[in-house]
Amino acid sequence: MADPMRIRAKATGNIANVRVLMSHEMESGQRKDAAGNLVPAHFIQDLSASLNGKVVMSGEWGPSVSKNPFLEFNIKGAKAGDKVAVTWKDNKGDTRTDETTVA
Amino acid sequence: MQNRRETLKQSAVVAGLLATAGFPQFAQAYNNAAFQAKTAQDVIKAMGASSLAESKDVSIGGPDIAENGAVVPLKVSSTLAGVKQMLVLVEKNPAAMVGFFNVTDAVEANFSVRAKMGQSSDVYAVAIMNDGKAFFAKKEVKVTLGGCGG
Repeated sequence: MADPMRIRAKATGNIANVRVLMSHEMESGQRKDAAGNLVPAHFIQDLSASLNGKVVMSGEWGPSVSKNPFLEFNIKGAKAGDKVAVTWKDNKGDTRTDETTVA
Repeated sequence: MQNRRETLKQSAVVAGLLATAGFPQFAQAYNNAAFQAKTAQDVIKAMGASSLAESKDVSIGGPDIAENGAVVPLKVSSTLAGVKQMLVLVEKNPAAMVGFFNVTDAVEANFSVRAKMGQSSDVYAVAIMNDGKAFFAKKEVKVTLGGCGG
């Protein structure tokens, strides 16, 4: 399993600013190794975020998102103490979920 | 400090939540057509949008000059009401689509990600509305591959 994500969620008024740093290779499938063979693509395809267990955002990514992806978004109607969870799934079926509490 | 047992317990709880929530969007097929499309136009078409127009209510943020094409911070946002999806596109990448986000009532149409760029190119923020119309904003980002600022 991949390394944990680092998630920060900070409430300002009733908006929570969420910043996520995922740990993932995000191999594009365009690069060649030393022997000239194409390195197979390995990247996060699906991601979603939930607030207190309810999905508030989802998305799909291609291989051109940077290595160790950073994502920032704002959740409405969130307050300190709420739980924010982020899940991703990559093209090899590996998946990871991490959770944090809104500060 | 968390010990291993607590961590495992929490993971189990989260996994349980996921199972009950069902994560319906993961059941959808990954939109291969949109991610293989070469041009911005084709991506919009593959996403099922009907019309495309430039709009000042959609904005794209990014550096004018990116020293390192592997990490280009891009910010897409829209002040329009009724946005269904926000797309991030880099025109001259092998596949134009970087990614998209499904917007719900509970989240602002405002996302920041970091993208890889092979060369200097126009980058697009596209907002697809609930009625299928698409609005975009674009910006040119120059990539200096050598890192010498030239």
